[in-house]
Amino acid sequence: MNEMTPPKTERTAALKGLGTARKRVEDARFTQGKGNYVDDIKLPGMLFGDFVRSPYAHARIKSIDAEKAKALPGVIAVLTAADLAPLKLHWMPTLAGDVQMVLADGKVLFQGQEVAFVVAENRYIAADAVELVEVDYEELPVLVDPFKAEAPDAPVLREDLAGKSEGAHGPRRHHNHIFTWEQGDRDATEKVLASADVVAEEMVYYHRTHPCPLETCGCVASMDKVNGKLTVWGTFQAPHAVRTVASLISGIAEHNIRIISPDIGGGFGNKVGVYPGYICSIVASIVTGVPVKWVEDRMENLMATAFARDYWMKGRISATKDGRITGLWCHVTADHGAFDACADPTKFPAGFFNICTGSYDIPVAYLAVDGVYTNKAPGGVAYRCSFRVTEAAYFIERMIEVLAIKLGMDAAELRAKNFIRKDQFPYHSALGWEYDSGDYHTAWDKALKAVDYEGLRKEQAQRLEDFKAGKTRRLIGIGLTHFTEIVGAGPVKNCDILGLGMFDSCEIRIHPTGSAIARLGTISQGQGHATTFAQILASEIGIPADDITVEEGDTDTAPYGLGTYGSRSTPVAGAATAMAGRKIRAKAQMIAAYLLEVHDDDVEWDVDRFAVKGAPERFKTMKEIAFAAYNQAIPGIEPGLEAVSYYDPPNMTYPFGAYICVMEIDVDTGEHEVRQFYALDDCGTRINPMIIEGQVHGGATEGYAIAMGQEMAYDDMGNVKNATLMDFFLPTAWETPHYTTDFTVTPSPHHPIGAKGVGESPNVGSVPAFSNAVHDAFRSFGLTQTHMPHDHWRIWRTAHELGLHG
Amino acid sequence: MIPAPFDYHRPDTVEAAVKLIADLGDSARVIAGGHSLIPLMKMRMTDIAHLVDLQKIGALKGIAIDGGTVTIGAMTTQHELIGSAALGSAAPIIREAALQIADPQVRYVGTIGGNVANGDPGNDMPGVMQCLDATYHLRGPDGERTVKARDFYEAAYFTARADDEILTAVSFEVPVGGQAYVKQKRKTGDYATAAAAVIIAKSGGNCSAASIAMTNLSDTPVWCEAAGDALVGSSLGAADIDNAVDAMQAVINPQDDNKGPAAFKRHAAAVILRRAIERATSRA
Ligand SMILES: Cc1cc2nc3c(=O)[nH]c(=O)nc-3n(C[C@H](O)[C@H](O)[C@H](O)COP(=O)(O)OP(=O)(O)OC[C@H]3O[C@@H](n4cnc5c(N)ncnc54)[C@H](O)[C@@H]3O)c2cc1C
Repeated sequence: MNEMTPPKTERTAALKGLGTARKRVEDARFTQGKGNYVDDIKLPGMLFGDFVRSPYAHARIKSIDAEKAKALPGVIAVLTAADLAPLKLHWMPTLAGDVQMVLADGKVLFQGQEVAFVVAENRYIAADAVELVEVDYEELPVLVDPFKAEAPDAPVLREDLAGKSEGAHGPRRHHNHIFTWEQGDRDATEKVLASADVVAEEMVYYHRTHPCPLETCGCVASMDKVNGKLTVWGTFQAPHAVRTVASLISGIAEHNIRIISPDIGGGFGNKVGVYPGYICSIVASIVTGVPVKWVEDRMENLMATAFARDYWMKGRISATKDGRITGLWCHVTADHGAFDACADPTKFPAGFFNICTGSYDIPVAYLAVDGVYTNKAPGGVAYRCSFRVTEAAYFIERMIEVLAIKLGMDAAELRAKNFIRKDQFPYHSALGWEYDSGDYHTAWDKALKAVDYEGLRKEQAQRLEDFKAGKTRRLIGIGLTHFTEIVGAGPVKNCDILGLGMFDSCEIRIHPTGSAIARLGTISQGQGHATTFAQILASEIGIPADDITVEEGDTDTAPYGLGTYGSRSTPVAGAATAMAGRKIRAKAQMIAAYLLEVHDDDVEWDVDRFAVKGAPERFKTMKEIAFAAYNQAIPGIEPGLEAVSYYDPPNMTYPFGAYICVMEIDVDTGEHEVRQFYALDDCGTRINPMIIEGQVHGGATEGYAIAMGQEMAYDDMGNVKNATLMDFFLPTAWETPHYTTDFTVTPSPHHPIGAKGVGESPNVGSVPAFSNAVHDAFRSFGLTQTHMPHDHWRIWRTAHELGLHG
Repeated sequence: MIPAPFDYHRPDTVEAAVKLIADLGDSARVIAGGHSLIPLMKMRMTDIAHLVDLQKIGALKGIAIDGGTVTIGAMTTQHELIGSAALGSAAPIIREAALQIADPQVRYVGTIGGNVANGDPGNDMPGVMQCLDATYHLRGPDGERTVKARDFYEAAYFTARADDEILTAVSFEVPVGGQAYVKQKRKTGDYATAAAAVIIAKSGGNCSAASIAMTNLSDTPVWCEAAGDALVGSSLGAADIDNAVDAMQAVINPQDDNKGPAAFKRHAAAVILRRAIERATSRA
């Protein structure tokens, strides 16, 4: 019955499993415009919602008159806080333990805040009706500067918190103070700093920016009054969490709520939280009994949905004269805007910012983060990074540069001197993490060699001479970065969101003919899960990736999981996939042994089959086993071939990388040109090199945007200055640098397949690389620190202040 | 991003369009490519009851070079400007400038007439037209009249065109000399941080004629007569260029905005003008 067995290599290749540069199965529909996004969903009788938003950053609402709007033909309803109050839905919990207004309750706290929700027969009527709602505001003093938040006479933003001296994360010392989060050993750190040979001190600001996914946020809520079921299609990065939260706040039983994330056009953290639009659409659908769609526009997305960063990081780093780092001290002033709506694991109000010791063996460290309220939009999400990890990486990679300047040392050498050595892993950092694995020196040496670091420094020195001789007006900057990320949240013992443990899941069904479907608790927003998770599974169970469907995003069918953000899908759901696959294989082994009439232990796994040990010509392929599982009565074994795994990771994973950027800077116009960008990533086991490369290109391009121009800027009145893509910098193909990618492989010791996650590394690593390049260009003129974004005028200003304009 | 309700008209002759506008009065506005007008309407920064679309009027399209005169119909798209070989050799500065406007998608529909009639100081063509000393042809209920580009712009969005007039064409004499349009912008699709249009003619090694106009450095494009004069008769040496730059600085009036503070823009303007003079000189 068994024909000639093809060689192992051929059978392995046919699976398109781990390590294969398999083409993304998603792209056939995306490149043909056949994706199915929220705004593609059209249901019979569907109504449209649109918001009346505050033009002011801080104002009392004296009255709202919706009569004219309601009189407009086609307008069905206008909801205000007063309408939501009886349902207790005028406020909602945030993921960070705070509460947030759904619709303005008595006052507004940021420009663009949702004031009223208009429901109409179509979006055109809704937009017209928005203009007809008359809101009478009384302007209040505006608080924009986070350093003025805790002044004794600072305006009171959150009247709802009056008298509350205890917040979700401990004591509050002022009406605009949210929390203080401390890590590490303060006394020991201060002692080391006080007696150190050298201490470098700097304020490093990582400005407020925005994930700005191409598809904005939106949803379609449909309450079926006949069967009592609520279905919500939405741009949700965590559909199950949304279901649970929706159930808890609406009182609708969880089995009666179905959340579906269809295709999502990018999330980058922007689509993790719960927004007023979701609540209002749900309420409107319950009230009207028909589906209600709400999709925000670009300006609304930029102004009102979750921003990222906005961390003022004051650092002190100490070292011996010869450059051994002895201690690190950091204080962060975190501007959270009007409500604390970061999407961090509950016990981590500043996310994993305590990864800020980076890739370095720093014996003592101390960190304190103070969160404050201001009159800006809420958020603080992880924009393509694990929680606050980008801020941390930027901080330490700037501090290393600043220290190198102070020491008069080459910054590459300073890094190499202080890297955690390979033999120190698992490594316990001074701020409490256990780094799983790493080999920083190997990666670093490879990177420096690849770019000919010494040659670059020589060229830079020559250019400097030419500049001083008046032969050129362009300087060269070499931006170095060695970053260590912490991703894959996370172990349930310390990671939860609103009490939901941050495990993830995979459920596999093998069909009788030997193909399969795998369902996961995560949701792709462009990461290519349908491609890569099938590859993990192909290698585990010997069924070709092409024969495996991966499905995510429907809470009625997918197993419970916490969704996709923080590079957690591969570390957590990817692990669950491998583990569920192993359960399948364990049962398959018993079936194979039965069919081959040998003992279970007498068969061994061979790529896509079980063969009798010592008699490889006697085997059963996975396809044969699958069929047998459904058509043979096997004593002691249930029919069918299915498995589910809920994976609680024992630790986070710690991807790392070495990025080098070479930039030319025109000191007169402030323009720049990225001449070279080298990105070496070590994400452990590489599932699909092509997808990794795509992720690196995308993430580095976002990093480029952030470092070189992207920001959410406010004026003194709290007006958003750049809420359109005219001013908010999104690079086009024209601006995007060329990237050279490279890798080393240091598997995670605790992950079933050794994978660490890569989606966010390039954002984390590239921002400091671009920024360091700008700083480095001016290093010999005495620049130690200037703030991002390094757009034309700011680079010009730096050159100007350094006297380079004569 | 949904505009307020409006009525839409699509006349097929200039006469019909002029009549419609006269009949509909203040609440009517012509629409050409729509790439300046529609964004304003969608952000509800302008409220227009009647849009009079010029797309169907064939007479407003096309590039004619007759003797030494170039005439470009108002509805000629920026893409068509770039694609015209005849225009490319008669006045290469137009092609050079058009290639720096927005991106191909915008240029496929955005028109020369819309670009110069719009009155946004960020538009690139007005400065080019001033540099070329172009003439704008306007048609209203009382017939046709012409206005020089150098006299057309009064303030941001205020021009010499009356509300009931349509700009039908721009025309100019084929320029003599080297031409350059140099623009600094933050990214593709961005309006100028600073831009300079320069034409320089030389005879016997010296500058015989010069015309300079600057974009987005005041609330109108700025034709810098004195800057050009500073070059005429000179050998275009460093000191002469300094004089031209100084003269330019005296007539621009940049403001702080997201592109940067006024001081930066002045610096950029000087650098960009120097580059444009050098480039035009090298082509003269
Ligand atoms: C993303 C983006 C980037 C851009 N970048 C640039 C840039 O870098 N440089 C630049 O110069 N432009 C830029 N533009 C503007 C673009 O060039 C417009 O197309 C142009 O400004 C207007 O031309 P239009 O044909 O689209 O005119 P419309 O938008 O239709 O009209 C503009 C105004 O002119 C009036 N008008 C139009 N035609 C006539 C006419 N024949 N007679 C009388 N009045 C008329 C209209 O009533 C309206 O008030 C950009 C636009 C976009 C969307």
